[in-house]
Amino acid sequence: MEVFKRKPKEVDNNAITPFWNVVLNIVIGVFAFTCVFPFLFVIAISFTDEKVLALNGFSLIPEKFSMAAYQFIFNTGDQLFRSFGVTLLVTVLGTLISLFLITTYAYVLSRRSFRYRNFFSFFAFFTMLFSGGMVPNYIVATQFLHLYNTIWALILPIAMNAFFILVMRTFFQTSVPDALIEAAKIDGSGEFRTFLQIVLPISLPGIATIGLFCTLGYWNDWFNALLYIDDASLVPLQAMLMRIQNNMEFVIQNSMQMGSSFEIAATLPTETVRMAMVVLATLPIALAYPFFQKYFVKGLTVGSLKE
Amino acid sequence: MSAFFKSLNKDKVLWFMVLPGTIWFLIFCYLPMFGTIIAFKDFKIHRDGFFASVLNSKWVGLENFNFLFSTEDAYIITRNTILYNVALISLGLVLAVGIAITLNELVNKRMAKVYQTAMFMPYFLSWVIISFFTFSFLSVDKGILNQVIVYFGGDPVSWYGDTRFWPYILIFMGIWKSIGYSSVVYLAAIAGIDKSYYEAAMIDGASKWQQIKFITLPLLKPLMVTLTILAIGGIFRSDFGLFYQIPRDSGVLYSVTNVIDTYIYRSMSTTGNLGMSTAAGLYQSIVGFIMVIVTNSIVKKISKENAIF
Repeated sequence: MEVFKRKPKEVDNNAITPFWNVVLNIVIGVFAFTCVFPFLFVIAISFTDEKVLALNGFSLIPEKFSMAAYQFIFNTGDQLFRSFGVTLLVTVLGTLISLFLITTYAYVLSRRSFRYRNFFSFFAFFTMLFSGGMVPNYIVATQFLHLYNTIWALILPIAMNAFFILVMRTFFQTSVPDALIEAAKIDGSGEFRTFLQIVLPISLPGIATIGLFCTLGYWNDWFNALLYIDDASLVPLQAMLMRIQNNMEFVIQNSMQMGSSFEIAATLPTETVRMAMVVLATLPIALAYPFFQKYFVKGLTVGSLKE
Repeated sequence: MSAFFKSLNKDKVLWFMVLPGTIWFLIFCYLPMFGTIIAFKDFKIHRDGFFASVLNSKWVGLENFNFLFSTEDAYIITRNTILYNVALISLGLVLAVGIAITLNELVNKRMAKVYQTAMFMPYFLSWVIISFFTFSFLSVDKGILNQVIVYFGGDPVSWYGDTRFWPYILIFMGIWKSIGYSSVVYLAAIAGIDKSYYEAAMIDGASKWQQIKFITLPLLKPLMVTLTILAIGGIFRSDFGLFYQIPRDSGVLYSVTNVIDTYIYRSMSTTGNLGMSTAAGLYQSIVGFIMVIVTNSIVKKISKENAIF
């Protein structure tokens, strides 16, 4: 009979002393707590009764629990759903466009046999060193491309950037050996097929990382909406939250048909609705967070800028 | 030239693949660079579109720059931008490396993972969301900070109307959002260090502090230098969201919260003086460009392998 042998616990002679371990745990723990605390606080506020809140201010434990803010949003929150839809569309479409542009360009840069790869690397890299600035960008987007008040204004200006390309190029170079591409060529595979059926599947972890960076960029973007979007039906989530910072009317504009706007405005649980909207806008990110983090950490170790 | 056509023929597919990205760079990066000439013009919109507007506007030489630098604003925004960046870069570097080393040393690895996960969280949120977070603390009548102050018998502070606190608030928030990310970068680098260095050092009787000082830090140096050069290159640029969203665009605070980026946005959207805003942007780009080149060549002189190009 096999005797259950307990492995002696490994002793790490190089570990820090228990005293320092406790001290450092406390210091780092407190800081880590401040990083998640505000989110919990905002959730607590969103479940507080508006009248109690007006009296006591924001508090961590609601004196009177209330779902009124969420009820209000689900009854009259057409704008919220509309904005959710805009953000979702922009994020999905944008990520696909970004990945198409980034992988194709980066792949060409990774091919050592391509004569002009240094030229195109510099063409991309130079944009990291020098930029035209906000105003010429704005003029090009509105006067030349006529993107004002279109969904493309939320996608195209941030569809690519040189940093992602350089990271992706390094990833292709390290994960796809030249010999593999040569072998595919000898076996009669065309360049395009090699890229689609051999290079892309091998590079999936790198593509996933860049894809997540892009997804996050689109989901969290409000700056393009600030510059280019005025039409309420095209306002994405983050920009909507920005607009309700000072007036809630924006949210109820679209619900006016339902009744007198005065009536709604009078019963409007302003502060709690704001915070409830913040919670609803953050929830998808918070839920996807563990998944995101895994790839981010992986991706950080993948691409070093230097060749 | 014949080499070019030969390549075009031989690598048809590769040329085809590089094309969409090239067009994007041309339109969204190089065309605006051409557009910066309106910094030297009195920009008027022409009905025949972008090129007609840029080319038909009247040359005014350096008038836009004179106008920009004649105001006190140019000094204030330059000072704010540089000082905030110096604080964010130096504090960010020290804290990121410090936190990475600490996380690596904690005995309970599971707790270290939990801390790291929590600290990474703010990186995933937008500045708009975070501005609601800060508001829940700083709101004059409802905020938790004023509740605490009043509880201890103090007078409530008008946070969004008092310039004294904002340098600290902005630096804290800037670090708070990015530290999780940057410390993970260093943590990954520490994880890549060969363990046998530490074992050898331990056998030779090196203390923990000596191990950090003589093994960890020197091995992290190349990464620290590279990231710092990149950051110094961007010393004339700031995170627009931090300086625009967190102070909630409060006019009273402009003297301590206005940076070059927010100044350009505000002068573009409120006064509509496009020539002058472009001049401010060009000033930012040119000085930023010089900063990267200079820092990089200095680093190249000191230790060639640490330079980025």
